[in-house]
Amino acid sequence: MTSNNDVVVTGLGATTPLGGDVASTWDALLAGRSGVTPLVGGFAERFDLPVRIAARLAVEPTEVLPRVEARRLDRCEQVALVAARQAWADAGIGDGDVDLERLGVVIGTGIGGAMTLLDQDDLIEAGGLRKVSPLTVPMLMPNGPAAHVGLDLKARAGVHAPVSACASGAEALAWAWRMLKSGEADVVVAGGAEACITTITMAGFIQARTMSTRNDDPERASRPFDVNRDGFVLGEGAGILVLEREDFARARGARIYGKLAGIGTSSDGHHITAADPEGIGQSRAIAKAIQVAGVDKADVGHVNCHATSTPVGDVIEPLAVRRAVGDHPVLTAPKGNHGHLLGASGAVEAITTLLSVRDGIVPPTLNLDDQDPRVQLEVVTGEPRKIDLIAAVNNSFGFGGHNVSLVFTQA
Amino acid sequence: MSNEDIQKGLAEIVEEVAGVEAADVTVDKSFVDDLDIDSLSMVEIAVQAEDKFGVKIPDDELANLKTVGDAVNYIASNA
Repeated sequence: MTSNNDVVVTGLGATTPLGGDVASTWDALLAGRSGVTPLVGGFAERFDLPVRIAARLAVEPTEVLPRVEARRLDRCEQVALVAARQAWADAGIGDGDVDLERLGVVIGTGIGGAMTLLDQDDLIEAGGLRKVSPLTVPMLMPNGPAAHVGLDLKARAGVHAPVSACASGAEALAWAWRMLKSGEADVVVAGGAEACITTITMAGFIQARTMSTRNDDPERASRPFDVNRDGFVLGEGAGILVLEREDFARARGARIYGKLAGIGTSSDGHHITAADPEGIGQSRAIAKAIQVAGVDKADVGHVNCHATSTPVGDVIEPLAVRRAVGDHPVLTAPKGNHGHLLGASGAVEAITTLLSVRDGIVPPTLNLDDQDPRVQLEVVTGEPRKIDLIAAVNNSFGFGGHNVSLVFTQA
Repeated sequence: MSNEDIQKGLAEIVEEVAGVEAADVTVDKSFVDDLDIDSLSMVEIAVQAEDKFGVKIPDDELANLKTVGDAVNYIASNA
């Protein structure tokens, strides 16, 4: 097996409800901390929303970015830039190390600049056209996070922005993998960003009956696989990875976290929001990713699940895992800690899956007190589980029936 | 309002919008060539200047305001 065009991960960056970087996010996951807090005042009170909890960023991006730069960016673009700069610095790529025409960027978002759209609508209602910012369109366009990171790095191999709801971040990594495999780029900066804790997105999710209303106990509200789960908790954040062709990374002496060994995508063709109840589309994505990675199913010891804490969704994914992999993988579901980061979740969870493989440790699933009997696989709870991993799968599924699975292996 | 007051007020807007230090916003400076202000920021600056000084700055006039001095003079004669 030739290894020189394998895809390796050399840089990580994140800003999440658990911490302002990867280390603090990972520590919080291992320690079983929650990033969910009450939503006090503001639109939640004004519109008497039945949901009064959210997983907001631990560190405001405006504390990290220069003021003038921040004011030209939607919040989802701010978090993308914060995480991308961390990842780029972490990868240690110096000036001139990569031909900019061989550097790509792929960053997805599920919603894009919803806050900008709402803010600017308020301004035109109050003061007319002249009050609307000339930056409105670049702030609300869903390719904004990718475009701004691309500009920051002067990337010229292509800047792309897949949009597939809650699979966007994972799809960005799949797209990056393809760019590297096809030879279009030597290095690709990829991931997902989301920041839409706003009136209209929350109202829409509430009306779709998808959100937890456990307002009196925010830290216990997101409880994937638990029999008493009642919906997801909306979060915000970004996760960005620097991916490289292995020969390129080795030649520059890069520190390698592990490999994105395989990707698998599929679509359900079933319903606009509900997953196929048998999880057939999901299992096809998982099986493809494992096949592409060339790993033995028996070596997939862990699955980092999409499980969002909704009553319907959480029981489907384990069916798909059993069909595609078997009964041996142990599961975890990090949304119990950081809520559902929508288009960022696939990227943030790809980072934690990769760290599980590298360090041989799987974080526990928070708030899983009483496992739903329909979830017939072992889920890590309580303490982190030490387990030597050859390979692990990370799943992301999105409204629209988008399924993306990623396989990470040791370097 | 004196030209000095207009310049001072304009410099505050330029600093807020584009991050250029107010002290650098002097009458001889070109918005684009010296202060590195792009066309989008110029629109923001014009809108804020309209509110602050009670003037109208139509787009065809805005295009003629190359330097800080041009803008100060326009505001002084139209406010």
